[in-house]
Amino acid sequence: MPARFVRVAEQDRRPIEIEIDGVRHTALEGDTLLVAVLTHAERLRQSEFSDGSRAGFCLMGACQDCWMWTADGQRIRACTATVAPGMSVLTNPPSEDIWPISA
Amino acid sequence: MADLRVVVVGAGPAGIRAAQTFVEAGLRPIVIDEGNASGGQIYRRQPAQFRRSYETLYGFEAKTAKAIHDTFDRLVGQVDYRPETLAWNIYDGAVHTMRDGVAHKIPFDALVLATGATDRLLPIKGWTLPGCYSMGAAQIALKAQACAIGRQVVFLGTGPLLYLVSYQYAKAGADVAAVLDTSALSGQIHALGLMTSRPGLLAKGLYYRAQLLARGVPVHNGVTPVEIEGTDQVEAVRFRTRSGAERRVACDAVGMGFHLRSETQLADLARCAFVFDEDLAQWRPETDSDGRASVKGIYLAGDGARVLGADAAEKSGRLAALAALQDLGLPVAVRRMDVLRREQQRMEQFRRGLARAFPWPAELARAVADDVLVCRCEAITAGELRSTATLKGAPELNRAKALSRVGMGRCQGRYCGSAAAEILADVRGERVEAVGRLRGQAPVKPLPLSAVRGAAS
Ligand SMILES: Cc1cc2nc3c(=O)[nH]c(=O)nc-3n(C[C@H](O)[C@H](O)[C@H](O)COP(=O)(O)OP(=O)(O)OC[C@H]3O[C@@H](n4cnc5c(N)ncnc54)[C@H](O)[C@@H]3O)c2cc1C
Ligand code: FES
Repeated sequence: MPARFVRVAEQDRRPIEIEIDGVRHTALEGDTLLVAVLTHAERLRQSEFSDGSRAGFCLMGACQDCWMWTADGQRIRACTATVAPGMSVLTNPPSEDIWPISA
Repeated sequence: MADLRVVVVGAGPAGIRAAQTFVEAGLRPIVIDEGNASGGQIYRRQPAQFRRSYETLYGFEAKTAKAIHDTFDRLVGQVDYRPETLAWNIYDGAVHTMRDGVAHKIPFDALVLATGATDRLLPIKGWTLPGCYSMGAAQIALKAQACAIGRQVVFLGTGPLLYLVSYQYAKAGADVAAVLDTSALSGQIHALGLMTSRPGLLAKGLYYRAQLLARGVPVHNGVTPVEIEGTDQVEAVRFRTRSGAERRVACDAVGMGFHLRSETQLADLARCAFVFDEDLAQWRPETDSDGRASVKGIYLAGDGARVLGADAAEKSGRLAALAALQDLGLPVAVRRMDVLRREQQRMEQFRRGLARAFPWPAELARAVADDVLVCRCEAITAGELRSTATLKGAPELNRAKALSRVGMGRCQGRYCGSAAAEILADVRGERVEAVGRLRGQAPVKPLPLSAVRGAAS
C-alpha cells in the first residue's frame, strides 16, 4: 500500500522493526507510531462509527482520532507514542467490548 | 516560604516564564506538561535523534526558541518538572494528574494555567477523509518528525499559521498545491494599521505570502470552501473564488484551520468565570490585567487565556507568576509588573487587528450542509444537530450536546464546538453567545483504559 506521509529530512536515523497488524515494517528511531505507520500505509484505523477509515487529525494529542491497539487490548494514541523495537500494534481493537467507553 | 505550593500547567513559552519567575522568587514550582519535552507548540522540540538546526526548525524565531529551551533546561533541579503528565481535573484546591496510569493529587496555593491553544476548525464536506489534517498537525509533522502530510498539499482556512505552515512546507521541498484563505487580502492590509504593537506578525505573513507566490504556489484570498473530495481518501479540494468561480485543485492532503482556540477546560473545571470575546467570537476565562482568574489562587497565561501568540505568552506567564507571588504576600518588583501590564495592554489592539485580518468565518459554519459530519468523533451530521434545536427545542449548547451527542465524543468538543455553537445559534436565530458554551468535563482527555478500569473497580 502506498504511504501517506513523505519524509523530507532526517532519514539517517537508526532503523527499528515494528509490527502493524502482524506485518513487519521498518520505522526510524524517534518516529511517533503515527508516522511509522503512515510512512508505510495510507490509513491508521477504522472509525468505530462505520464512516470509513481515518489517519489521525491533530497530531498533538487533542482529537483522539489516532487510537491504535495492542494485542492485549491496550489503547495507544499513535501521534504521541514513540516507536520502540518490537512494538506490535493493531489497526482495530482486538475485542468488541472496548468501545464505547466513557471519555 | 519554601513550603508554598505553586503549580504551573503547561511548559510552553507562558509556562516556562512563569516557572522561571517562581524560581527567581525562591520557590520550587511543580511544572506539569503532557508532552515528553518542554517548549509547547511554537517551540516544540524535535526528538533527540534529529539533527536539524534551530534556524531550519524555527526560522525567524530560532533565537527565541533557543532562549526558551535554554531557560527551561537551566531550571532543571530548581523545578519539579513532570513531563508526560496530564492534568485531567481540578477540584478541592488540587490539580489531579495522571502519568503512566498513575494518579496524583497536587494541592496548590497558586496555580498558573498555561495550557495553550489548539486549531479552531469548522466542518467542510469530506474533512474526515484520511489525508485531511489540522493546520497545526501539518506543522507538527514537519517540525517534530520531518515529514510532509502528503505529496501535494492544499492549505485551507485562515490565520497567521496558514501562511507560515504553507511557507515552511514549500521551503522544506514539499509540493504546495494551493493556499486557500477564507479572509480577504484587503482586511489583512487594513489590519496592518491596528497591529503597530506587533507589526512583525503580519509583515512576516505578507513575506511568506510573497515567497509562496514567487515559488509559483497559487494563493487565493476570500475563498469559500465547497468540498474536500475523495472516496476513501483526499483527492481534491473544490472551492469558490472571491468572484464566485468554482475551482478544483487535485491533492492528496489538506491542512486546514481557522486560527486557534484557547484550551480552557481546566479553568472551567476550576469554576473560573468566562466572558465572551467579541473580537475572536469565542469564550475565554475572565481575568484581570495580570491574569488573575475569578477563582482565588488561579492564574491564566498565554494562549490558554487569550490567543495572542508566543511573545505575549512569555510576558503573560511572567506577569501571572508575579501576580501569584504578590497575592501570596511575597515581595515583587511592582515596576516590573507595571511594564509587563502596559505591554499586555498594547496587545489589545493587536488582538483586534488579528481578528480583522483573519476573521472567524461564522457564516461558513452556519451554512454547513445537513449531510456534513460536524462531530468527527462519533460521526454526527449538521442535520442531526439542527434537529435537536428544531424538533427537540434545545435552547443552548449543553442541552444540544446531551440530545445529539455533538461535543460529547472523545475530543470533548475541541474540533466541533465552535461550529456547533454557530449552527445552533443560526437555527435559533440568535447570536452565538446566546447559546452558551460547551462546559469542560473531567477528564479533559481520555485516560488510559487501565486507569479507567481502576477508577471503575
Ligand atoms: C499546533 C500549533 C502550532 C503553532 N505554531 C506556531 C508557530 O509556528 N508560530 C507562532 O507564532 N505561533 C504558533 N502557534 C501559536 C502558539 O500557540 C503560540 O505562539 C505559543 O505556543 C503559545 O504559548 P503558550 O505557552 O501559551 O502555549 P503552548 O506553547 O501551546 O504550551 C501549552 C502547553 O501546555 C500543555 N498542556 C495543555 N493542557 C495540558 C494538560 N491538561 N495537562 C498537561 N499539559 C497540558 C501542552 O502540552 C503544551 O506543552 C501554534 C499553535 C498550535 C496549536
Ligand atoms: S491525531 Fe489527534 S490525538 Fe492523535
